[in-house]
Amino acid sequence: MRIVAAMSGGVDSSVVAGLLHEAGHEVIGATLQLYDHGAAVGRRGACCAGQDIYDARDVADRLGIPHYVIDAQARFQSAVIDNFADSYAAGQTPVPCVRCNMSVKFTDLLGLARDLGAEAMATGHYVRRVEGVSGPELHRAADPARDQSWFLFATTRDQLAFSRFPLGDMPDKDVVRAHAARLGLAVAAKPDSQDICFVPSGSYADLVGRLRPEAKGTGEIVTRDGRVLGRHTGVARYTVGQNKALGSASFDGGQRQAVLAVDASKRRIVVGPRTAGSDRVRLSGVNWLIDPPAASLRCTVKLRAREAPHPAMVEATETGARVHLDTPTLAAPGQACVFYDGDRVLGGGFIERG
Amino acid sequence: MAYLDANATEPLLPAARAAALAAFDLIGNPASLHAAGRAARRALEDARTAIAQSFGAHAEGVVFTSGGTEANALAIAGLSPGRRVIIGATEHDAVRAAAPGAEILPVDADGVADLEALAQMLGASPALVCLMLANNETGTLQPIEAAAALCHRHGALLHVDAVQAAGRIGTHMTALDADSMVLSSHKLGGPKGAGALLLAPGREIAPLVRGGGQERGRRGGTPALACIVGFAAAAQVPRPDVGPMRDAAEAHAVRCGAIVLGGSNRLPNTSCLALPGVRADTQVIALDLAGVAVSAGAACSSGKVARSHVLEAMQAGALAGQAIRVSLPWNATWDDVQAFQDAYAVMAGRLAKRAA
Repeated sequence: MRIVAAMSGGVDSSVVAGLLHEAGHEVIGATLQLYDHGAAVGRRGACCAGQDIYDARDVADRLGIPHYVIDAQARFQSAVIDNFADSYAAGQTPVPCVRCNMSVKFTDLLGLARDLGAEAMATGHYVRRVEGVSGPELHRAADPARDQSWFLFATTRDQLAFSRFPLGDMPDKDVVRAHAARLGLAVAAKPDSQDICFVPSGSYADLVGRLRPEAKGTGEIVTRDGRVLGRHTGVARYTVGQNKALGSASFDGGQRQAVLAVDASKRRIVVGPRTAGSDRVRLSGVNWLIDPPAASLRCTVKLRAREAPHPAMVEATETGARVHLDTPTLAAPGQACVFYDGDRVLGGGFIERG
Repeated sequence: MAYLDANATEPLLPAARAAALAAFDLIGNPASLHAAGRAARRALEDARTAIAQSFGAHAEGVVFTSGGTEANALAIAGLSPGRRVIIGATEHDAVRAAAPGAEILPVDADGVADLEALAQMLGASPALVCLMLANNETGTLQPIEAAAALCHRHGALLHVDAVQAAGRIGTHMTALDADSMVLSSHKLGGPKGAGALLLAPGREIAPLVRGGGQERGRRGGTPALACIVGFAAAAQVPRPDVGPMRDAAEAHAVRCGAIVLGGSNRLPNTSCLALPGVRADTQVIALDLAGVAVSAGAACSSGKVARSHVLEAMQAGALAGQAIRVSLPWNATWDDVQAFQDAYAVMAGRLAKRAA
């Protein structure tokens, strides 16, 4: 079939393109140019395209498949970077990769694939798409260390039906690299990408400070009852649940403190003991990969990308969902809360303020 | 494949290929004193004379370069000292990048330079005006003779980028009354790798690359002899008129919903076709996958299609990101036109429906 392969220039998506080509499909490589690389690394004269785009093109040329670079800068700026900065400046902890998947990848690029008469779009995500009795299901990857299902909860059922994830069944990354080597792809030994792609310096706070200067202001670190324990250098450096970068506020009465809330309007970080979490979490922007349940649903939920699932009850509401955790926890507004039944993703949403 | 991207590069003309291949066997360096050098020099100077004759210039004013970009850069660097630089808003990047601080001469909705504005911009201080004969994206022709008269009345120089016009319409430097003019070999069916700057009699410039003083001290480095000989051969080949085929392709696209940009006074081989609501890169990709080669806007080195500064200067609004360029080569056939029409109809049917 004619299939568009989303190629980032990394080893994973390169192997996807290579395997599909090897299987006899008509593969069309597409790479999104998301931001001006020269500007991101702050080097004058650097090309607007980063090395990854050239790597993707080289892989496609090597495979002998057509390859196109799609300009997605404006959309990435509005749907991902602006949201990232606004969210941090408002004291939340955004997940830009989810926003990017929702907008640039699974809406725009997938739309382009349809426009080009393709029957599917493949990506290098580590998730499994399983044909279920009532349509395709999204499942965790075979390799738990690589599983990216949490980042794809917002994929709609329609988008999922059009998508393919050839790496979901790979037992581990070594096998993927071995495929790359076997296919003669120069990226076989390329290091995995780290951090958020548009922050190559790794400092989110610096980027947020540049985009939203008001988020840079210093402020107080206080307890729930208003006692000032210390000062901070910008709300964008803090996430609910974190216990680093608290300085003199790290301990109160000998007890280790964690961030309970980020009050951007007062530039205040509220801290308290880690046990001060809540068992109620309110979600917005909920996407269901099953028919929305009429009654409360028993499942497990993940409130962070890397953590063990929590047992919970989830209740669909008109505007989103309510989650009742068996055990209280600190939920960071802006992060995703994804519902699982074993390995299967049932849906998810974005965590609202408590 | 139907190749309809001649404004990116023309297919090599057989006469150019034959001449270049023969020149590869000239072992001498044109700068050498011995017989082999003389033979190479003879070929180089014959090429110089042929280029001068084909484009209404004088042989002693022909400076061979690596291509149009270098020739434009050489002209602007050589002619601009002591002068303000004014460039048309739709000039090619070869000119725009060579004149970063230039004043911009606006164009109308068809992309034609506003000469009344130019008259106001030209004051008492000396100026260099850069105006292309034909635009690469739309094919729009500029009123060069009128601009030249205006420039000369104000003591300004006129530099003409004739890269897209040469070989497609009459391009006579003396008749245009330009002070300098630029040509590119591969845009007129010669090999890639050669171009020329044509200087009016008496006009001198300093070199960008000094080297061994080749090209009368105006461009150092051993010239790419085979490319230059092929270039000269290509310049002398009469071309079939592809206008009727272009018109048929364009009319079909319009019936499918396209809007033609660039006015009516255009190169006979070029159509700039906007499909409202459909991104230019999507159109180019869809046609490529259907075996039809066209292009859009300015390609970044990554291959990304950027918004067209040409169409933006023409105030085309959203259409600036929704237009493709169809440019017929000298060897276009009616089969190519048919292939384009079929692919365009399918594409427009599918994409315009989704855009609506």
